Amino acid sequence: MLEIKALNLEVDGRPVLKDLNLTIEAGESHVLLGPNGSGKTSLLLGILGFPKYKVTGGSIIFKGEDITHLSTAKRVKLGMGIAFQHPPVIRGIKLGEMVNLCKGDTSQQVTQETRTLAKKLHFSDEFLERDVNAGFSGGEIKRSEIMQLMAQDPDFVMLDEPDSGVDIENMELIGDMIGELLHRRIRPSKRTASGLIITHLATITDYVEVDWAHVMLNGMIACSGNPDRIISEVMKGGYEKCVRECQETMDRI
Amino acid sequence: MRKGMSGDNGPDIGKYTLKAEKHNAKDLPGIEDKYKQDFLDVGYDPQGAERSGSFLQVDHSVLCSKAMQEGVEIMSTTDALEKYSWLSDYWWHAVAPEKDIYTQQVDRKQTQGYFLRTLPGVKTTYPLQSCLFIGQEGLSQNVHNIIIAEEGSELHIITGCSVAEKVQSALHLGVSEFYVKKNAKITFTMIHNWAPEVEVRPRSGIIVEENGVFIGNYVCLDPVKDLQMYPVTYCGKNARATSQSIIYASKDSKIDIGSKMVLSGENSRAEIISRTVAADHADVTARGILSGSAPNVKAHLECIGLMLSDTARIYSVPELEATVKDAELSHEAAVGRISEEEIAYLTARGLSEEEAAGAIVRGFLNVDIKGLPPALGAQVRRMIRMSAEALE
Repeated sequence: MLEIKALNLEVDGRPVLKDLNLTIEAGESHVLLGPNGSGKTSLLLGILGFPKYKVTGGSIIFKGEDITHLSTAKRVKLGMGIAFQHPPVIRGIKLGEMVNLCKGDTSQQVTQETRTLAKKLHFSDEFLERDVNAGFSGGEIKRSEIMQLMAQDPDFVMLDEPDSGVDIENMELIGDMIGELLHRRIRPSKRTASGLIITHLATITDYVEVDWAHVMLNGMIACSGNPDRIISEVMKGGYEKCVRECQETMDRI
Repeated sequence: MRKGMSGDNGPDIGKYTLKAEKHNAKDLPGIEDKYKQDFLDVGYDPQGAERSGSFLQVDHSVLCSKAMQEGVEIMSTTDALEKYSWLSDYWWHAVAPEKDIYTQQVDRKQTQGYFLRTLPGVKTTYPLQSCLFIGQEGLSQNVHNIIIAEEGSELHIITGCSVAEKVQSALHLGVSEFYVKKNAKITFTMIHNWAPEVEVRPRSGIIVEENGVFIGNYVCLDPVKDLQMYPVTYCGKNARATSQSIIYASKDSKIDIGSKMVLSGENSRAEIISRTVAADHADVTARGILSGSAPNVKAHLECIGLMLSDTARIYSVPELEATVKDAELSHEAAVGRISEEEIAYLTARGLSEEEAAGAIVRGFLNVDIKGLPPALGAQVRRMIRMSAEALE
């Protein structure tokens, strides 16, 4: 599904990713752990092709196509989607209209389908009339981002800290919805959607089962492996200790 | 000759002709057919569906003036002056004839205009519609309008001003005097659709009596050569007034627009909201004055501009004046550009950068217009959206 080869990325002339390699197969879901500033969000926005994130080396292959220099809109059309951690307020565009845009529909008429989807995310019809992200609570932002993703229905789903600042009730719902987006409820052999989830405290993994975990440090993926093992090591001894142990194991092999 | 307002190098009246071909009522079907889309674009439905009445003036000829509801009066001001001797009490009462050369010209060389009135206690079920249309090249249309909502009545108006596509250059002078009587309400939504060589000088005064409500909405999204407008609203005791304007200035448009709220009645409230987009070589001055001179008045001014070009200009002038100790006046003014973060967000949902910018500009202009009956509110929003979509 996604293959990143020796990717180097710069933001405002400052290197943020160094020779990063990552492969995600169809049907796989990965989590990305790491301290603040290690480059997790930069990796997601680089994969998505935001203009501010400049590729200075390496390549990104998506569904067999080299997308390294493709526009964000084209990557989205190929089947990428993202839930942002801090999305901006868009004045004058209603949430319902935004959901339509995600479906490629430019009308502002809220359809029954959209209302049904909103209900699933515990949003009222009135909420769909609000300006996107204007005065939304933390939980509402997460649910709204996931609702937009569900309307888009991408094959490759990126989630930037879907679990930060979310209370237990919202967390269960969000976990459920992410599970649906990532085809976690169907047999592994039938899964076609893939995911890359940034998580700070790995809370999301209590709700969504994942296949791989990676730890990022200083713009590199420093350690990858079985999510249970990696998460428990990170929780016990922190990111750096986990990475050290990981590298020792690698050295022994 | 003295020009209009100080520093106004405005239209030269002498350049335009007052002579217009006369249109007759029998021409109406043909004219409605020919200009149907132009009329619809400024909110005038020739069918008159869901309207309490219609007024249509093409050049200097009034082709339609009919009320569809009991207690609603629609006619030309020429006819109204003949019918009602008391109208002289309202004539040049909210606007001074000697205000500037344009009001003087309307005083001397008036070419019709509309008289709209609701009788005491009458509430319009649907809005009244009016359209002032210029179909002749080089014409000066000098209208004088009088709008009266008698005590306890409610009058909703959609009015559009436009020119025929073939008209390059024209002058529109319009004096409008509004009278909102005790406990009455007027909502007035005006849509302008001019052409790049048309000059426009509306002059409006609005007198809102005790407990009265006036809501004025102004929409102008097409290029115009030179437009200057500065309605003044006088708020009596407990009166409420709102002015909202939505401007998309493009090409070489020169627009100087603002509102003045005079809060001279105790406990009165006022609000001015303006959204301005400046593109290409447009030059926009967005003014607003809140003047509080009675106890317990409260008013707010919000003036936001969006710049789309390095050759455009927005000059924002918010002014507050208080002459009593318990006046509460505030303003918020900002001029900015389209945020890259917002564009990026929308491209992540599959829009191209151009589509994203268009959606953001449309959103910026998509002000929630308050105080209109729901159906009219929805209709005005649709029209703003339609016009905004045509921008791309």
